[in-house]
Amino acid sequence: MTTLAFVGEYGVPDPGSPAALAWLIPVVPAVSAALLIIFGKRLGNLAGPVAVAVAGFAAIVSTLVFAQLLGLPEEQRALVTTVATWLEVGPFAVDWALLIDPLSAVMLLLVTWVGLLIHIYSLGYMHGDSRYPRFFAYLNLFLAAMLILVLGESFLTMFVGWELVGLASYLLIGFWFEKPAYASAAKKAFIVNRVGDVGFMIAMFAIYTSLGSLAFSDTLPQAGALTTGTAAAVGLLLLVAAAGKSAQIPLYVWLPDAMAGPTPVSALIHAATMVTAGVYLVARVSPIYATVPEVGLVVAWVGAATALLAALIACTQNDLKKILAYSTVSQLGYMFIAVGLGAQVAGIFHLLTHGFFKALLFLAAGSVMHALADNTDVWKMGGLRKAMPITFGTSLVAWLAIAGLPPFSGFFSKEEVLVAALDTPGAFGIWVVGTLVAGLTAFYMSRWFFLIFLGKPRYETELPEVHPHESPPTMTVPLVILAVGAALGGLLNVRPASLVTFWDPEPGFLEGWLEPSVLAFAGDAPYIAHGPAVFLVLVTGLVGIGAAYALYLRPAPEPEMVRERLGGFYTLARDRFYVDELYATTIERPGHLLADGFAAFDRVVIDGAVNGLGTLTTGLAGVGRRLQTGFVRSYALAVAGGTVLLAVIFLGGAFLTGQG
Amino acid sequence: MIVPIGWYLILAAALFSIGLVGVLVRRNIIIMFMCIELMLNSVNLTLVAFSRMHGNLDGQVLSFFVIVVAAAEVTVGLALIVNLFKLRGTTDADSVDALRA
Repeated sequence: MTTLAFVGEYGVPDPGSPAALAWLIPVVPAVSAALLIIFGKRLGNLAGPVAVAVAGFAAIVSTLVFAQLLGLPEEQRALVTTVATWLEVGPFAVDWALLIDPLSAVMLLLVTWVGLLIHIYSLGYMHGDSRYPRFFAYLNLFLAAMLILVLGESFLTMFVGWELVGLASYLLIGFWFEKPAYASAAKKAFIVNRVGDVGFMIAMFAIYTSLGSLAFSDTLPQAGALTTGTAAAVGLLLLVAAAGKSAQIPLYVWLPDAMAGPTPVSALIHAATMVTAGVYLVARVSPIYATVPEVGLVVAWVGAATALLAALIACTQNDLKKILAYSTVSQLGYMFIAVGLGAQVAGIFHLLTHGFFKALLFLAAGSVMHALADNTDVWKMGGLRKAMPITFGTSLVAWLAIAGLPPFSGFFSKEEVLVAALDTPGAFGIWVVGTLVAGLTAFYMSRWFFLIFLGKPRYETELPEVHPHESPPTMTVPLVILAVGAALGGLLNVRPASLVTFWDPEPGFLEGWLEPSVLAFAGDAPYIAHGPAVFLVLVTGLVGIGAAYALYLRPAPEPEMVRERLGGFYTLARDRFYVDELYATTIERPGHLLADGFAAFDRVVIDGAVNGLGTLTTGLAGVGRRLQTGFVRSYALAVAGGTVLLAVIFLGGAFLTGQG
Repeated sequence: MIVPIGWYLILAAALFSIGLVGVLVRRNIIIMFMCIELMLNSVNLTLVAFSRMHGNLDGQVLSFFVIVVAAAEVTVGLALIVNLFKLRGTTDADSVDALRA
């Protein structure tokens, strides 16, 4: 059993120090987003540089905050900055407070720096778009929302960010809403996310009822006080929330459709940052999951199943962004495996390296689309290596990183995830699935890479009108910077000596850094079987690459052969296992029927009652209106008659009773 | 010779009835107006008669109030009638039925 106590206490930052000013990190982009929405049209092409400057500001302040934490003793690295009181209803109080600890600081760096690079990239990518200023306003809005999510000190403030990133994601997926398919993709993302949000809300209610507070600094240290039932319920509900935001089974269906958005959006929101919010949530509340390891195992199995399903689908897609989208779903599955098993460090490590290489892959895909007039079919590409050397070189790094080849970053993080599965009793099945998926990942990413950059230049015949060219520097410079991150990100948590001996008792930097804010991994005996596991993953990775090479590169791409061999299973995977169709028949259709029923009820019963009252009134009035003849003399007659009548009644009554 | 109260009341009732019938059956607004005056004055007559019978001045005071109000009413009423005539060219009450439903 794990210990539940945190290392250290929650403190307050010194006034004037970067952490005390951390509220500027989300507020400045939020203000900038509002101003860009109002004045964007007047700024015109200046809107882009303004948004980039704001993102740069957030990145610099975040770095200062990180540096401040680095300078503090380990047990003082959890700082709570209260900005203002938000709600106060009786004993229920929620502050606008920021939690700055190693976990949120690492996320801050990832979000702001990757965000900054993607802002810069967008300068080139979105150049000439009719709603150019609006795009940067939304990007800044997203940045602000994501930073609130990361920095929020209570479940409720985190939830505010959680909802706002959903809004920003909706606005950006549907940015080109002129196309109905894109607009409905945005709605789909928003609605599927709502399902998860309901889980988040109910979990919040349960936490508040049990622990009397929503602040992380109050609830997490006393997570052990939750009854097993409550903790399990909260864990499962937060899993629903995380599955919605991080695109896990059964709520992953929105992410592939979300590729309708501009490519920088796919890179920023749907690869590097927002979709990792679920992983961050699970890591943040790890003390709750630690009290119910069985629920953690459920989280891990959901991750494993998602990783496998999405990887299988990714092998059969032909749209270069869709392949990356399913790959993202699959890699998020890895992160869920890690955080579900309590290996928070491995999960966050993979989150960071994935943030680098997947953002890079998406930006490279955007660069390719930019060069090929927005074509996305990988079968119409090929041989782009010569025309786009920088995109090719950076994609090469990202490909090797995600395929899990050392010394690139993906190798180290994926390795840690799988070792965590191997070291957890009862999770052997997860390890088997994870290793298999590592091979599939290498296969589909090699397919992606080979079909786009190597082989014969099929675009010459398929797309005769385009002439591919390298993208402008605003796009290639972020690619190069991210490539450095994708290549060297593994160093964040590598055990220096383990490269040679497979074993080094000293923890890597990230593990030591995160130790105060997340629970240590509670596996049996960590890293005992490190050596063979490394080799096995390498072997499956190489087999995947080799298979892709044989099928898609030499002597010429032969997709038909695979299709024939696999037959029905191939069709099944190509059609995304009919999950969308399943949802359409089991949820959407009954929903439609129910709505039709309600609509009929509304028309017949509700409208009938309202209209009936109206008809009754007009009918009665039709009789009553006849009294109004408009002839003054008839009114006078009525007055006189009435007077006589009253006189008869009163005088006659008095006469009859003998009082007259 | 003292006239009994009953005669005054009969006269007043007769005047009131004539006025009422006049208001109800005549279509000329000026005639209707005159009939209303007749009704008001029949009431004045009863007030004065009862005042005299009881030896109390209240009824006579009240009848002066009625005369003042009637005078004010006449100015407003005649002004309305003049304007109506300018607008419609008639003083027929039944021609003014814009409020008919």
